[in-house]
Amino acid sequence: MSVDPLVIIGAGQAAGQLVASLAQERFAGSVTIVGDEPHPPYQRPPLSKKFLAGEIEVDRLFVKPAAFYDKAGTRLMLDTRVVGLDRQARAIKTEAGGTLRYSTLVIATGSRPRPLALPGADLDGVMYLRTIADVQAIRHYLEPGRRLVIVGGGYIGLELAAVAARRGVEVTVLEQAPRVMARGVGPIVSAFYERLHREEGVTIATGTAVTGFEGNGRLEQVICDGLRLAADLVVVGVGAISNSELAREAGLAVDNGIVVDAQCRTQDPAIHAIGDCASQSHPLLDQRLRLESVHSALEQARTVAAAICGRPAPTVQTPWFWSDQYDVKLQMAGLSARHDAVVVRGDPDRGRSFAVFYLRQEELIAVDAVNRAPEFMMSKQLIAERSRVDPAKLGDERVAMKDVRL
Amino acid sequence: MAKIIFEEPDGNEHAVDIADGLSIMEGAVKDSVAGIDADCGGACSCATCMVYVAADWRDRLPAKDSTEQAMLEFCPEVDESSRLSCQIKVSAALDGLRLKVPQTQH
Repeated sequence: MSVDPLVIIGAGQAAGQLVASLAQERFAGSVTIVGDEPHPPYQRPPLSKKFLAGEIEVDRLFVKPAAFYDKAGTRLMLDTRVVGLDRQARAIKTEAGGTLRYSTLVIATGSRPRPLALPGADLDGVMYLRTIADVQAIRHYLEPGRRLVIVGGGYIGLELAAVAARRGVEVTVLEQAPRVMARGVGPIVSAFYERLHREEGVTIATGTAVTGFEGNGRLEQVICDGLRLAADLVVVGVGAISNSELAREAGLAVDNGIVVDAQCRTQDPAIHAIGDCASQSHPLLDQRLRLESVHSALEQARTVAAAICGRPAPTVQTPWFWSDQYDVKLQMAGLSARHDAVVVRGDPDRGRSFAVFYLRQEELIAVDAVNRAPEFMMSKQLIAERSRVDPAKLGDERVAMKDVRL
Repeated sequence: MAKIIFEEPDGNEHAVDIADGLSIMEGAVKDSVAGIDADCGGACSCATCMVYVAADWRDRLPAKDSTEQAMLEFCPEVDESSRLSCQIKVSAALDGLRLKVPQTQH
C-alpha cells in the first residue's frame, strides 16, 4: 500500500525550513513541495538588500542546495501553480490539470504585494519587489542618473531607496501616511529614517497620495496631488496580502490570513498553514496575528515539523524583525501597539545610533534599536522574561543594559 | 576551499568542504550541520549561528567587529571562544578549523 506524501504548497523560506527540520527529525515519509516560481526555496530578506545591491549571487539565496532535496527524498514540483484544494479527497489540483493526493498538507503560500488599483498601474515600468525575477528586472534600471519613484515608504521601499541612492539613482519616495514605516516602528524612528534618507540624497514626501501613472505604452510620469513627476521606473511597496484564496475556497477560516492555532493547525486536522499566509494564535502574545517576518515563518515551520514527527513544540521566541539601510541596522523585537510609555536611549536627532523602548505598566514590551545591538539583544531577553524595567535607567546611557531591570 | 570540522550538539563530528568567499554559516546550513539556526541568513541580526572555536584557532581568525561583539555578549551559552559563524568568511587559510556547536541557540 502506498502512502500519500506530505505536500507543501509554496516553495518559500517556510517550506525550505520545514523540509530541513523534517530531515533533522529524520522524518520517514515522502515530501512534495509545489511552488509556482522556477526556484527551490530561497531567502527573501536579501532580495531588497544584498542581492539587489549585487553583493551576492543568486545561488547564495537558496536555503539548501539541489542535492539536499534528492538526498532527503523531497520532490520539487516547481513552476506549478495550485488552483484547487479538495479536503474530502485530500487532494490538490494544479493549473495544468494534475491532481496530487496528500496525507498531510502544509499551506505555505506566502503573501503577494498589494496591487495598486490606479490608472496606469499596469504600464510597463511599474514594478513590484517580491521575487528573484522582480529584483533582476529592477536592478537592470539602477544606473546613475535614472529616476526612480518608490510608492510606499515601508521596509521594502526604503531598503530599495538605500541601494538605489548608493548607485547614483535619483530616488523619490512617496508615502501616503504622515510618516514612513508607520506600520513597523514608532514616530521617533520614522523621523530618524526620514532624516537618514534625506542625508543620503533621497527625496521623501509623506502625506502624499499617488493618483495614477502616465506614459505612452511605457511609464513616463507619476501623478500625485496634481503634480507630475518624471520617472524611468516606479516600484510599488504598499504592503502585502496573504495568499489564502485556496484555503478560503476549501472552506477553511480566513481572517486576514489562514486561521491557525498555536501549533499552526487549521480546523482541518490534516492541514497546517505557516509563514506569511497564516494568522496564528501566537503562543506568547495572547492574540492571533499574521506576521510578515522570516523569523516567524521559520519558527512556525519548526513547530509543524515537531508536530508531524510527534515531538514537543520548540520554544517560541519574542517576534523580531530587522532592516538594513545604508550603514544602519534596525533591529526590532516585540510588538509595541499596547504601550503606555516610550523611553529613548541615545539621540535620534543626531548621528545614527539610538534605541526606543516601549513600555506597558513598566514592563518592556518592544524595542526599536538603530545600530544598537546590545540594546536589541538585552531587550529581547527582557521582553521574553516579561521583566519590569526602570525607565530612568533605561534612558541613561551610563547604566549598562544588563542593569535596567526594576 | 576549506574543510571545516563541526562537533554537533550530540557529539557527532561533521566535516564540510566550504567554498572560498562563503561564510562558515552558509556552508554549515547548506550541509545541514545540526544546531546552526541562522535565522537572519547572515545579516548579523539574530546571533543564532554561534559556535565555539577550538583553542589553537582563536587567534588565527579575523577579528570581531563591534556588532558581532555586541551580539555575542548577549548570547545564551556564550564564552570567550564564541564567534558568529556568519561573520567569518572562508578561505584556504581556515582549512582544518574545528568548531563546536552549542546545545541551543536560543
